[in-house]
Amino acid sequence: MAAIVFKDVSKCFRRHAGRQLLRHRLAHLLRPSPGVAPFYALRDVSFELQPGESLGIVGPNGAGKSTLLNLATSLCLPDAGSVHIKGSVAALLELGSGFHPDLTGAENVRIHAALLGLNRRQVKERFESIVDFSGVRDAINEPLRTYSSGMVVRLAFSVAVNSDPEILIVDEVLGVGDQEFFAKSVTRIKELRRAGKTMLCVSHALATLESMCDRGLWLEHGRVQRIGPVHEVLRAYRESAPSQGQG
Amino acid sequence: MLVGSAMWHGDFLFLLQNLVLKDFRVRYRNMSLGVFWSLLNPLLMMGVLTFVWTKIVPNPTIKHFPVFVLCGLVPYSFFNVAWVSGTLSILENANLVKRVPVPREIVPISAVLSSCLHLGIQILLLLLMVLGFGLGINIHWLWLPLVWALEIVFVCGLALLTSAINVFIRDVRYVVESTLLVMFWLVPIFYGFENIPQRFAFVYELNPVAALIFALRSILLHATQPHSSTLLKLTVVSFAVFAIGWVVFRKLKDSFYEHI
Repeated sequence: MAAIVFKDVSKCFRRHAGRQLLRHRLAHLLRPSPGVAPFYALRDVSFELQPGESLGIVGPNGAGKSTLLNLATSLCLPDAGSVHIKGSVAALLELGSGFHPDLTGAENVRIHAALLGLNRRQVKERFESIVDFSGVRDAINEPLRTYSSGMVVRLAFSVAVNSDPEILIVDEVLGVGDQEFFAKSVTRIKELRRAGKTMLCVSHALATLESMCDRGLWLEHGRVQRIGPVHEVLRAYRESAPSQGQG
Repeated sequence: MLVGSAMWHGDFLFLLQNLVLKDFRVRYRNMSLGVFWSLLNPLLMMGVLTFVWTKIVPNPTIKHFPVFVLCGLVPYSFFNVAWVSGTLSILENANLVKRVPVPREIVPISAVLSSCLHLGIQILLLLLMVLGFGLGINIHWLWLPLVWALEIVFVCGLALLTSAINVFIRDVRYVVESTLLVMFWLVPIFYGFENIPQRFAFVYELNPVAALIFALRSILLHATQPHSSTLLKLTVVSFAVFAIGWVVFRKLKDSFYEHI
């Protein structure tokens, strides 16, 4: 069975423009305003990803890439269509989300691992390898606010890949680390892929995407412009917007 | 078909423990005097209320007034702090709710449980005061963990309810704050069950905070078992509120993402 199935998925956001107060609700009840036109972040998106496959998603800003990842992470529900996920998911959607600046690196690692679904025994077993991989051992007992953003990414990435997920979802966060860590991360992702893990990732670094993924998905205004082998999709994408072809 | 296969395969209790610990650490690491602040507030209130109700408007029917009033203050102040922090928890943890696919129920529940360290310190203060006034330990102290647990269940239920609604209607926090202000007078903090007219007594017993205060006074001041009808009502109302909170939260949580 497929690891990820999107079937005719649409997701729309009503631009409520911050109208979240009681008076707005009451005003709406008394005199229903025509409302604001819904904005479709995704429209009729369908694809299937078999276990072990990896899909690289490209597209300009606002094309719906992050919305797609959020749906795959079950953070929100589609307005139409269906999303099926089979297997445990580790998602790196934003730099250090869920990390607290006043806590030490070690404390944040434990909390983050628990958030990703690890239990006490697993956290204990993997703590050392998480710290080793991150390369921030010297600062692990310092509060996170003393870390550079690169160090935070190292730590977050390290927890995610060491949580042994069946599906790894990565949203453009790898670019923050330095060359050495970047190379290490790419190596680790390739290892995970060899181990049969499924991957979904968004990046503007097309060359990296090409080396990590076997399939590509090009989104444009919330619709699938093209889906297929990563080389073909990226070539078409580069040709459509030559200035975006770096990386 | 609308299917969101929200699956999180983790260890709920382990995560809950981690989140509660995180709150403790964040809160107490930046306080030089640490637990002292948890004691200052109830001691101050106890002093002021004792002064007012023994020197200005004396009420000679109540013995051991400082302990009597502390039996009311400790449950009320826990209720106050835990309910407010629970109500705000979903919005304050937006980065968690919007970025990590954990079961969202864990957010308000961990906010309420984090207030329990604070509560533990205050309960300790209360028990020390009881001993200090020479009231001694009795067998009915065994009821204490149960009545406190029921109170926590009740506040978790309320927090689930208001934290979810607060996402959609941001004024809810002000409703909560006003309710708490009114509750300070309607909960028997500085008056006893005997002072309440018969026809209102029923309403008081249905309020879990008031019921807890009655129970605490029976146990700590009178060394008697709390009324079984009070205990029964406390149990029923606490679990009913928790069930309502849980159901409403489950209904609303799927659209949190779009509204935060």
